[in-house]
Amino acid sequence: MGNKQTIFSAQQLDAYQSYVPFQRLFSRYRDLAPQLVPLDYTHQPDVKLPYELIGSMPELKDNPFRQRIAEVFSEDGEGNMTLDDFLDMFSVLSEMAPRDLKAYYAFKIYDFNNDDFICKLDLVKTLNKLTRNELTEDEVRMVCEKVMDEADMDNDGRLSLEDFQHVIVRAPEFLRYRHTPQ
Amino acid sequence: MPPKRKKDVVIRSEDVGIEIDAQEDSGSEEEARRRARNRRAKPSPRRAKRPVSDDEDEEEEEEEPPRRKGRRGKAKVQDSDEEEEEEEKKGRKKKPVKASNRKKKAVKEESEEEEEESAEERGKNKKRGKAPSKKEKEEQNKVKKSGKDKGSEKNKRKNSGKFSRCSILSSGSGSDSDSLSEGEMELLKEEVEEKKKLITTLRNKPWRMKRRLQQLKEAQAFVEKFEGALGKGKGRKLYAYKVMMAKKLIKFKRDFENFKTACIPWERKIKEVESHFGSSVASYFIFLRWMYGLNLVLFGFMFGLVVMPEVLMGLPYGSIPRKTVPRPLQETAMDLSVLLDFGGFMKYSVLFYGYYNDERTIGVLQFRLPLSYLLVGVGIFGYSLMVVIRTMARNANEGGDGTDEGDFNFSWKMFTSWDYLIGNPETADNKFASITTSFKESIVDEQENQKDENIHLRRFLRVLANFFILCTLGGSGYLIYFVVKRSQEFAEIDQDNLSWFEKNEVEFVMSLLGLVCPPLFETIAELEEYHPRIALKWQLGRIFALFLGNLYTFLFALFDEVNAKLENEKSIKNATITAYNEYYSNYSSFYNTTDVPPLDIQPADAIRGPCWETAVGIEFVKLTVSDIQVTYLTILIGDFLRAVLVRFLNYCWCWDLEAGFPSYGEFDISGNVLGLIFNQGMIWMGAFYAPGLVGLNVLRLLSSMYYQCWAVMSCNVPHERVFKASRSNNFYMALLLLVLFLSLLPVVYTIMTLSPSFDCGPFSGREKMYEIVMETIEKDLPAFIGNIFTYATNPGLILPAVLLMVLALYYLNALSKGYQQANLDLKKKMQMTRDEEKNRRNNKDSTNQVMKDLDDLLPNRSLIPPPEEEEPPPPVAQKGSKSPKLKPGSAANGKGVNLQKEVSLAATNPRGVVNRPPGPRGGPPGNIRGPQPGPGRGRGRGGPSSKAIGFIRGC
Repeated sequence: MGNKQTIFSAQQLDAYQSYVPFQRLFSRYRDLAPQLVPLDYTHQPDVKLPYELIGSMPELKDNPFRQRIAEVFSEDGEGNMTLDDFLDMFSVLSEMAPRDLKAYYAFKIYDFNNDDFICKLDLVKTLNKLTRNELTEDEVRMVCEKVMDEADMDNDGRLSLEDFQHVIVRAPEFLRYRHTPQ
Repeated sequence: MPPKRKKDVVIRSEDVGIEIDAQEDSGSEEEARRRARNRRAKPSPRRAKRPVSDDEDEEEEEEEPPRRKGRRGKAKVQDSDEEEEEEEKKGRKKKPVKASNRKKKAVKEESEEEEEESAEERGKNKKRGKAPSKKEKEEQNKVKKSGKDKGSEKNKRKNSGKFSRCSILSSGSGSDSDSLSEGEMELLKEEVEEKKKLITTLRNKPWRMKRRLQQLKEAQAFVEKFEGALGKGKGRKLYAYKVMMAKKLIKFKRDFENFKTACIPWERKIKEVESHFGSSVASYFIFLRWMYGLNLVLFGFMFGLVVMPEVLMGLPYGSIPRKTVPRPLQETAMDLSVLLDFGGFMKYSVLFYGYYNDERTIGVLQFRLPLSYLLVGVGIFGYSLMVVIRTMARNANEGGDGTDEGDFNFSWKMFTSWDYLIGNPETADNKFASITTSFKESIVDEQENQKDENIHLRRFLRVLANFFILCTLGGSGYLIYFVVKRSQEFAEIDQDNLSWFEKNEVEFVMSLLGLVCPPLFETIAELEEYHPRIALKWQLGRIFALFLGNLYTFLFALFDEVNAKLENEKSIKNATITAYNEYYSNYSSFYNTTDVPPLDIQPADAIRGPCWETAVGIEFVKLTVSDIQVTYLTILIGDFLRAVLVRFLNYCWCWDLEAGFPSYGEFDISGNVLGLIFNQGMIWMGAFYAPGLVGLNVLRLLSSMYYQCWAVMSCNVPHERVFKASRSNNFYMALLLLVLFLSLLPVVYTIMTLSPSFDCGPFSGREKMYEIVMETIEKDLPAFIGNIFTYATNPGLILPAVLLMVLALYYLNALSKGYQQANLDLKKKMQMTRDEEKNRRNNKDSTNQVMKDLDDLLPNRSLIPPPEEEEPPPPVAQKGSKSPKLKPGSAANGKGVNLQKEVSLAATNPRGVVNRPPGPRGGPPGNIRGPQPGPGRGRGRGGPSSKAIGFIRGC
């Protein structure tokens, strides 16, 4: 599994290789900032790519939640990613990833204020991101109320992961890779 | 999640809570190891601290000695192990000598870890919250996937005795022992399997990559070692291969889906329209596309079975009178104005009925063209009928009105509508638009649901509106009738005496009605305050009724014309026959011979009848063409020009044109749909008389798709209230079916009753068109088929058949009513279940363990203080259900232990009497198996569950 350019220890390669298309992802990672990412990874250098670079990847740049995604997957919570974070992100976003895992991360993504509950404010933020602020305030309020009404099983005014999963596993779209032609 | 899983999950979570809580720092791999470890033995220090029940203690004791010995043995071989470790990482070596070493090494490693952990565990117990939850989940996954579960556990238990002996044996004999005993082998195999499973499921775990890597490394090393020992080291390669194939398969599937989507014509265009204008406008385009497909098939029939054979195998142009332009018309036959009027060459071309020859068979293939013509003409109806009805049935299956999308309509929209595969700004824009649109659609629906006002007033208004509309319809119906009658009177007067208005009165009135009535209906419909989707249906129905008048006048005029032509034809036919007779008698009397040579007339000079079929065909084609023109011009002027004016004059106008009066046009769904439907009716009716019409229509639909898509996207604005179309286009389909039936009638009528022209078309010379079928049956098929046919057409058979069909209809109708009722009941039941569930959750007493566990996955749960009181597991349930089975092996392997706990947890009475103060949190988080509540119990749930706490506090 030798790579002519990059250097990893055999174990590293071994490990990475078995569940992510590692070479490709690493080159993607490195291409984002060739000057930052060293070729020699045997000593596990402490390299982080800033959010600006991560968010500009074609996979993310059109995504309304790109900042949240980067934040959730980065260890520092600010969107700056190490190689491991990066692989993590792709692993979860890949279609090989299981439902529960995706739901878990989706919950974190929608949980804007990181309080482990999706509250009304989170919903409003999500909705505004989804619709680019094109709904009126009344409509936003109404939709958020409806969502709360539908999903909040314990009536505590916020969605826990449990509520979220309960809703999401029933969604027809969930995990059905409806590919919008591009 | 399926219930079966649930149990396992519960089991696992318990286990995890107890054992793993504290292990995060020491690395995720411990998780996996722990299981293996559990199975072998427990470290003695732990054991001492654990509050365990007696019987379990005994088991532990059994385990103990072998383990210690194993350790001793390991110590011996430690050095060699370390060397091997290096080798193993590069490649697997399967020397049997090393096998035993490896095994021992593993055992050693584990036991060492165990000790570390047990030391660490207590300290960390309190801090960790995230770790347990994650691990728990991992565990769940693992267990879910593990196929072997309990069966293998039993095996293990059986083997455990053996195994301990074996380990004694092997440790005693030291590193020299070359072979593993059978029991060892099996145990190893199981462990290897487990590790493999861990590797497989590793990606399913919400861990940071770092942890995963560690975990993976551990598991892989283990598998490598022991697979080597077991002599089958291909596991990882096989696994890698499997993963690769799985990935390839998924990718292929996706590509294939993409390919399929790409194969659907105009899918992208329609999606684009849908994202900006809502599904209601898109439904028109979907309908248009469906229509295009249908027409393509019809065109295939017509072209392949009628037009092409005649062109390829029939007589060429100019060979017989019917294929030749008459001499007086030849001068102007190629003039553009004549051609545009479908006269001249057009009239005597393959496009129209008259061109076809009546020879029974043509060409070397003996193709029976007349028969084929009739069958295709009727078959088009048959096929269309079949397709329409099948589509309707399928749409009905797909269900309903589009309104009830389940209980989580908004939530799904909110959380799952973004497509993470979008990587293109334009697509993203469309997606934003479509999400916004779909939200608006749902909001409209919701507002409609919430609306509650004076029901009596609304009912009154609706009745009033319908009354107005009926008046309008009646009035316009009478107007049409009146005008048609007048035009018939006018027809008898000399055309020159009539004014221009009187000549075109019918057309004038018709288009006036078409112009005035739809907006009028729309205005009246505002009284009704229907949901826009339902309003659209009403509107469609009303305009449809209006247009029926159109159809009626058209057919009326046509039949007048046909009757006149038939009269005319009769006289011409008689004249022709007389002329022929004259010629024969003259010839024979002149030359005094009975051997008369056939009359030698140029085909262009022959006397010919009016050929009413071609005339009808031309009428239909003209109508279609003019319809196309009108539609396209309307779009060009009414939408495009208007949009241009509004857009550019707005800079220099007194008021805001865009927001104010003219504004931009909205897409007129009802008008366009009805236009399409009536156009299709024309095609069905006309196709028999003008085979080329189908081709023309295909072209029209094709161009109209692009043209209208463009017009909508560039000149129109979305409706004020974007509403969701019903998912099935069944209303459109129903209208189409009605039109199909209406257009079927005149065609079948002409085929069955009118006599075909004597000198043109495939049926010339026959009394009735359908005689061609009789002829074929008589001449070309064996006699018995003719007999069968005769019997089948016997009224004695037909009547019972009709009766049977009516009965079947009745029965099926009753059946569907029953199903509908059942459906409703089930829906109600579901709603009730949901409400109940919600209520139960309100009481903070979650019964769904899985959901609870998932809930506990949330990080930072551990920040919540540990539960003050533990729920004591009801011992009865424990003993009663599963523990007896599990007992023997519980000490030997972690699974058994956990299972037991599980049972107690899952037992129905979580609020048993609290008979014991909470144990010290620092207690060993290891396996608490006894019925007594241990400090680990709360954790066993998978971290302190806020729900449980809340509940307990509430009590």
